[in-house]
Amino acid sequence: MAVKTKTSTRIGVTILGWGIAVWLFFPIFWMFLTSFKNEIQAISTPPKLFFMPTLSSYAEVFERASYWHFTLNTVIVSVGATAIAIALAVPAAYSMAFLPSSRTRSTLLWMLSTRMLPPVGVLVPIYLLARNTHLLDTCTGLAIVDMLTNLPIIVWMLYTFFREVPAPILEAGRMDGASRWQEMTMVLLPLALPGIASTALLSLILCWNEAFWSLNLTSSHAAPLTAFIASFSSPEGLFFGKLSAASTLAVAPILVFGWISQKQLVRGLTFGAVK
Amino acid sequence: MATVELKNLRKTYLTEEIIKGISLSIEDREFVVFVGPSGCGKSTLLRMIAGLEDITSGDLLIDGQRVNDVEPGKRGLAMVFQSYALYPHMDVYKNMEFGLKLAGMPEAERREKIEHVARTLQLEPYLHHKPGQLSGGQRQRVAIGRAIVRNPKVFLFDEPLSNLDAALRGQMRVELSALHRKLGATTIYVTHDQVEAMTMADKIVVLQKGVVEQIGSPLELYHHPRNLFVARFIGSPPMNFFPAIFQGGDTTGSAVQLRDGSTLYVPVTSPGLLPGTKVTVGIRPEHVELAASGPNSGVVEVIERLGAITLVHVRMPDGQIIVVQMDGAVLTDVDTRVSLTLPPGNCHLFAPDGVAFEACHRHPLAA
Ligand SMILES: Nc1ncnc2c1ncn2[C@@H]1O[C@H](COP(=O)(O)OP(=O)(O)OP(=O)(O)O)[C@@H](O)[C@H]1O
Ligand SMILES: [Mg+2]
Repeated sequence: MAVKTKTSTRIGVTILGWGIAVWLFFPIFWMFLTSFKNEIQAISTPPKLFFMPTLSSYAEVFERASYWHFTLNTVIVSVGATAIAIALAVPAAYSMAFLPSSRTRSTLLWMLSTRMLPPVGVLVPIYLLARNTHLLDTCTGLAIVDMLTNLPIIVWMLYTFFREVPAPILEAGRMDGASRWQEMTMVLLPLALPGIASTALLSLILCWNEAFWSLNLTSSHAAPLTAFIASFSSPEGLFFGKLSAASTLAVAPILVFGWISQKQLVRGLTFGAVK
Repeated sequence: MATVELKNLRKTYLTEEIIKGISLSIEDREFVVFVGPSGCGKSTLLRMIAGLEDITSGDLLIDGQRVNDVEPGKRGLAMVFQSYALYPHMDVYKNMEFGLKLAGMPEAERREKIEHVARTLQLEPYLHHKPGQLSGGQRQRVAIGRAIVRNPKVFLFDEPLSNLDAALRGQMRVELSALHRKLGATTIYVTHDQVEAMTMADKIVVLQKGVVEQIGSPLELYHHPRNLFVARFIGSPPMNFFPAIFQGGDTTGSAVQLRDGSTLYVPVTSPGLLPGTKVTVGIRPEHVELAASGPNSGVVEVIERLGAITLVHVRMPDGQIIVVQMDGAVLTDVDTRVSLTLPPGNCHLFAPDGVAFEACHRHPLAA
């Protein structure tokens, strides 16, 4: 009886899980599908599930905008922002996790609370700051802003991962003569590597998809993929085929990268679990 | 090789004082054990010596040098943690090599040292295993090996055996003692295990609530506890206590009257004590004798037969339980009425504030 209940709950949970997954994935699936339709098929009612696929939307997208230019900007900005953020967050999270003070908790909460502010609230000051420092429409400028917006989450995540590392292991390192720097790089980082990798992946995804600041702080030179998508929702009217093709092109690299590294991450996590 | 001196060491966390002014001299080659109830500050004191905790005030001297502000790795100490704290991502060899590498020792020398230590600790077959692949006892050996290879001036141990099972703990205890004799390094060892403290220590430091209650050799603490706390803490099963009234005394002893009216003449001096004062008589279970009749009678409530010895729990008329340790073959039964004989020479006397009166004669083994 008890076992039966358990099985039925498990089936219920499985169905629910799949339901949510399908619900979340459907827009992406539809976008992918639409990108292979011509513009007529794309807006036909009722929507067509089966049709003759065509690459015409892709061809036009490539003709109208330089995809590689946008991709390169996105890669530079995401990787740069992530690298700087991790470099700054590791020492911060280290000191919070292993040398906590009575204010550590409130500092963490305060840092997270900055994420709750709508970005538009600081649009004007940030815009003026970027303009006056000549960072408008530069990858550097966008990377700095992306880095700063993600820093609280990254510090918070690293803090939770570092807290999992038993303090005596680091203390043993210190007794063995390691400096704070060596303790961090030779003992802590190898142990927390899976956590750091998943944090970096999250940061990459957040930067890759960041649209608000990209659209407001860049125009052409440093415009990333989100601006590339936006350029296809033009005032001439929506062309869903081309818009879908552009969106698919924009999200495909990070999706594929996430997929591959996820497998690596799982492997890394089990590798690290020695103790 | 190395002496350690603590001068009025204090530690305050936020507003709470955890270590309240501890002074202590540790001689070269000495094996010192810190004991005390949980939370008394043993680990904190050890970590202050190690450099893992800041010293709020007072001086810490190693070989006469003040090291309060010296980095842990530069104090010439090695520490073995309760949780082993091995580097999980390095194999046994690398675990031992880490400190030597940081110290800049050449590769060949490192290899020679590690192999030598591995041989001593029977770790040779495991040199290329990760800690996760080792048993608890093997991990503990690696942790000890990691400390030994660095050839430290002082070894620090924080309850190193408490994660091991009883048999292994006994074996490691003997091994550690032998190792100490062989290496002759100054050692500070924290434990709450009586047996470890009594068997391994040259000198035991009994701590309570951040203060030293007594410092002395194991037998000194056993035969001449300075106060009720130490008397209760050292010895297993713990000492029995009887309330008594002081009647008078001179240089050869003090007379006290027990609850049942019998008097006892204990060979301790009690200068300045007024007759009529309430005092406490203490006697260890192994020193109480059972008689069929006489003063101090009670009823046997529980008998614990441990093979070689038997513990007889006697309920006294005032409700108190007195434990008597007899040899294994004793023929007492539950519910029989017995009488307790307290040989005066083995009795201790404590003033109302818990301080023990000076014995007229020191025990020959605790001079
Ligand atoms: N980081 C800290 N912040 C505040 N109080 C602390 C801290 N570390 C220890 N304490 C307090 O200091 C006291 C002594 O702790 P310590 O760990 O030294 O005890 P211990 O004698 O080693 O006990 P045990 O036998 O349980 O290991 C405890 O009351 C503990 O609550
Ligand atoms: Mg402790």
